[in-house]
Amino acid sequence: MGTTDIIVKFILIVIIFLISLVVAMYSTYAERKIAAFFQDRLGPSRAGPFGILQPVADGTKMFLKEEIIPANSSKFLFIVGPSLAIMTACIGSAVIPWGQTLVIGSYHLDLQVTDINVGVLYLFGVVSLGVYGVMIGGWASNNKYSLLGAIRAASQNISYEIAMGLSIIALLMTTGTLSLKEIAAQQHGWHWNVVYQPLGFLIFIICAFAETNRSPFDLPECETELVGGYHTEYSSMKLGFYLFAEYINMFISSAVMSTLYFGGYNFPFMHSLGLSDNWVTILGVVALFAKIFFFIFFFMWVRWTIPRFRYDQLMDLGWKTLIPLAIANIVITGIVLTLIK
Amino acid sequence: MSIFYFIAFLSILFAVLVISAKNPVHSILYLVLTFFTFTIQYILLNAQFLAIVNFIVYMGAILVLFLYTLMLINLNKDSEPMKTNLVKIAAVLGGGCLLVVLVGALKVLGISQPVILKNPDLGLVKNLGKVLFNEFLLPFEVSSLLLLSAMVGAVLLATKDKKTTA
Repeated sequence: MGTTDIIVKFILIVIIFLISLVVAMYSTYAERKIAAFFQDRLGPSRAGPFGILQPVADGTKMFLKEEIIPANSSKFLFIVGPSLAIMTACIGSAVIPWGQTLVIGSYHLDLQVTDINVGVLYLFGVVSLGVYGVMIGGWASNNKYSLLGAIRAASQNISYEIAMGLSIIALLMTTGTLSLKEIAAQQHGWHWNVVYQPLGFLIFIICAFAETNRSPFDLPECETELVGGYHTEYSSMKLGFYLFAEYINMFISSAVMSTLYFGGYNFPFMHSLGLSDNWVTILGVVALFAKIFFFIFFFMWVRWTIPRFRYDQLMDLGWKTLIPLAIANIVITGIVLTLIK
Repeated sequence: MSIFYFIAFLSILFAVLVISAKNPVHSILYLVLTFFTFTIQYILLNAQFLAIVNFIVYMGAILVLFLYTLMLINLNKDSEPMKTNLVKIAAVLGGGCLLVVLVGALKVLGISQPVILKNPDLGLVKNLGKVLFNEFLLPFEVSSLLLLSAMVGAVLLATKDKKTTA
């Protein structure tokens, strides 16, 4: 790796980071607009045309609010909590292939930060680390509601991680690789994994909802029971980081679902349009983002349509329905693969 | 090599902090950091699969459960049971014996020949899978049976006694 490579990778990381933040920022706006649409309201409409500057106003408000650290909290961990939450949300994007290779002059620019050969497992590790931010923050607040929220988050994440891992195993059996770049490349021309793994995808998307703490699985921040959940004691930008981490997680999990199951940057007829390779690559990136935005919309669609689960229903669904289904999926995949061979 | 020594120093530092921290939750968080340094060591050894599995299983699952349990325990200092003097003397004697054994072991220490693997990429998923499912298939399956029996045992212990609940 020469100096140019390092500089190029650095720029790529900064761009991806900025895109994640901007998408997360405008997801808050989209969420409110979509909620308004579903409830026959107008939604934010004052800041700028169509309220387009609303996220900027919200961000400024978050920064300017008074920062309160409760007197009996453990102060260092109180700050570590939201920092960890936002950090684990951001590092997941490192292994996602955003596109194919751009050729600029003689330089080949790979639109992926790093292609490690355990990419899928890396993502899984990042997901499992995400729970620490919530748990540490909830415990450090020294508040019963926060602690209950944190405990709910932890048990929910652990329960759904198992089903998620099992659904990924079935996917890995069909793809035969752990590298996200190869998985994306294999899905060229309608060989999308969702066709081969429909049940696996269903389990995966349900678990993704649970892992991002999105409705109908948003029990950790269930305001009717827990005041505000794990971030009850938080104010100012530390609260902002928790909320922001949720939106970044939503963006990253949408990107992962698009890459693993919906063909990633592949789009139909990509090589019969007669365009040069660079244009195909750029259109691929656009296609990937279109898929990502569709999934983000889906997350919001579900949130404003389905009521929240009860806690025992949540655990029943995770342990008694999803895990046996995921294991059955692995067995069926194994049998079919053996028969085809 | 210098990275190795730095990470090894961090591992030992965090490991010491695990046992010296007053607050059990802080102990667990130091343990998380200790396991994280182990992950880095595995990556330095080019054992990517082991690194990521250590990351997922130990940091992401087992220690979360530890933390989960500890958060529910009353952490007041007054409720901590006081040990009797007899127990303290026994602990000092036991620790002294351990120290003697450690010093004795360190005295006969010699630098071993470094093992050079025929295939330096053995730790990558592809190679590791081939080795596990060909050469070491029997031990691999036996250990999976062991884990399965542990799981069944845990479920049996956790289920309520039908006689008392019914």
